[in-house]
Amino acid sequence: MSTLVLVLLTGVGLGALYFLVASGLSLIYGLMHVLNFAHGAFLTLGAFMGFEVARRLDSTSWWAFAVSILVGGLVGAGVAALTELALIRPLYERHIEQVLVTVGLAFAAVALFEGIWGSDPIYIQAPAWMRETTGVLGAQVPNTYWVLMAAATALLISLVVFLRYTRFGTIIRAGVENRAMVTALGIDVRTAFLLVFAIGGSAAGVGGVLAAHYTGYVSAHLGSTLLIFAFIVTVIGGLGSLPGAAIASVLVAVLQQFANYYLGGTGDIIVVVALAGVLLVRPSGLLGRRFA
Amino acid sequence: MTTAVAAARRVPVPLLVGVGLVVLMVCLPLLNLSVPGVLPTPTYQPGTLALLSLAMIFAALALSYNMLLGTAGMLSFGHALYFGAGAYGLGIGLENLGVPLWPGVFIALIGGLVIALVTGAVSMRVSGIPFAMVTLAFAQAGSVLVRRNSAVTGGEEGLSLNTDGVPDWLVGVVNTRNLYWATLAVLVLVYLVSVWVDRSRLGHLARATRENELRVRVLGLEPSRARLLVFVIAALCASLVGVAYMLLQSGTVPRSVSTDLTITVLVIVVLGGVGYRWGAIVGGVVYTILDQRLTVLAGSDAIASLPSVLRVPLSEPLFILGVLFILVVMFLPGGIAGTVDSWMSRRRSGRAHGAPVVSDDAPAGRVEGAEQVLETAGQEARS
Repeated sequence: MSTLVLVLLTGVGLGALYFLVASGLSLIYGLMHVLNFAHGAFLTLGAFMGFEVARRLDSTSWWAFAVSILVGGLVGAGVAALTELALIRPLYERHIEQVLVTVGLAFAAVALFEGIWGSDPIYIQAPAWMRETTGVLGAQVPNTYWVLMAAATALLISLVVFLRYTRFGTIIRAGVENRAMVTALGIDVRTAFLLVFAIGGSAAGVGGVLAAHYTGYVSAHLGSTLLIFAFIVTVIGGLGSLPGAAIASVLVAVLQQFANYYLGGTGDIIVVVALAGVLLVRPSGLLGRRFA
Repeated sequence: MTTAVAAARRVPVPLLVGVGLVVLMVCLPLLNLSVPGVLPTPTYQPGTLALLSLAMIFAALALSYNMLLGTAGMLSFGHALYFGAGAYGLGIGLENLGVPLWPGVFIALIGGLVIALVTGAVSMRVSGIPFAMVTLAFAQAGSVLVRRNSAVTGGEEGLSLNTDGVPDWLVGVVNTRNLYWATLAVLVLVYLVSVWVDRSRLGHLARATRENELRVRVLGLEPSRARLLVFVIAALCASLVGVAYMLLQSGTVPRSVSTDLTITVLVIVVLGGVGYRWGAIVGGVVYTILDQRLTVLAGSDAIASLPSVLRVPLSEPLFILGVLFILVVMFLPGGIAGTVDSWMSRRRSGRAHGAPVVSDDAPAGRVEGAEQVLETAGQEARS
């Protein structure tokens, strides 16, 4: 019983991490039809910047942790906004070129990170509580997972509130629904593009700092691995659907953890099989409305 | 009409250039040519031959990828899977099954074919950007399988070629020449397959589907089978190149099934010019030599003496290549081949005062075409 709870809760925690990455990807794809390969680079940069800041403060204290999260989010948002302005915007509506540019950016960024921080993982320190576990129904769940869940829940709630109750949120939702109509009504969707990129980037940056605490280290390839799972999650959830991404994140991660534990570490393969299954049965994803 | 006449008149020149180049490449190991700054040693020595062979491997792989992206307009991030299937298939066949070389090659190709059929059929449930994501996921699964099952694949260490079943003339540094010729043969073969695909009904159908899938369907043709066939042929070519790579390097590492490799090939194809066969070859050669030269440059004293703001980026060849790639995508959409081609046709039309020459190789509206397909598909589903 306690093992079951442990595997389930760590699955939810991992799903929370996937959601931090996938939410931005899904929003960006939904509004702009851009597949952002550089999202992993935003995440890695957020992780490195958070690490650098925490190292200069006292990396075992809580306020250093809070500052590193803040810095990760801000750096992610800043780099994402810059990317949108400098690389995505000039290639407006040329989706394949936009993908290629983000691929190039990811390619160059990983090489640059390796040049600056080396190719070996750097182990990081955290507040003592993060290294401990909390007992739930007999299962000892590492506290990092609670932080991940809290962060993902906060992100989901704030995104839902933002999309539902603000003017920009309405524009973004309308843009996902029918961008041509929004433009025809005289609304400049480019601001919304920039905003969506910045939001996605900041979620990825925060996700990067937390991913570093989850794995215990930062490395130039931190983002690449997570990005692939985030892609799988967005496809399974339905491209452009935020609730779909949330549900799929948790489902995929729980499935992965269960397979890793009970089926001898086959989690990654099972996830891909699940993806193939979803595509065969429902190509538009769980909550995807249109055949994308 | 003008197009056909112009094309017929122009055919011999590229053909002659091509045959001439192949003859030159065949003779290269017998000559003593030095190109300082580009090639590390004179052309008859193993150093240069190995570099050129690697360049041809990348060129052939890029050609096979160009069938997907250029001809069929499919952006795949899983092409390395089939390359790796060829390399690992041969390695595993020789090591674990103990078969001689040729049956080993056969096993590797069949393996690549089966994997391509299954993954291709599933990924083609979606198209456009989701297709790219799904192929990426499959390649990742392949990469994980290779890294995990270290008993069979050697895991992170990689798999070295068991040379017991390989004929002696294909083994060792002494025989780099023979390996070089074998690689050249593979490149020529892949090129011929690529030409055949482009000129066949299959290629026409794939190109038409790329431009406007709806219209192809309205005409009563079945685009999905043509697409799958192109996908499988491209994958099979990649497997063949993987086999050649395995022989050339006498081993392979998990990187040969990784997304990194697919992205490298994508970079090569875009640098060379999407849709141009000779662009893919030029891209492969330029990339390999640039990568090698930049690595040498990175270790040089000139770089080491720079301030760290400049030194760190310049000592990472992949960073420079990534930036170069971004610049090409943004400012040189046709890549090397597209730019040369449009420059040539501008000169030609200026001289002849005739209508602009449109060869079947020219990718005018190539990528935009794929866009239209995506857009129409989207609108169709929305309405």
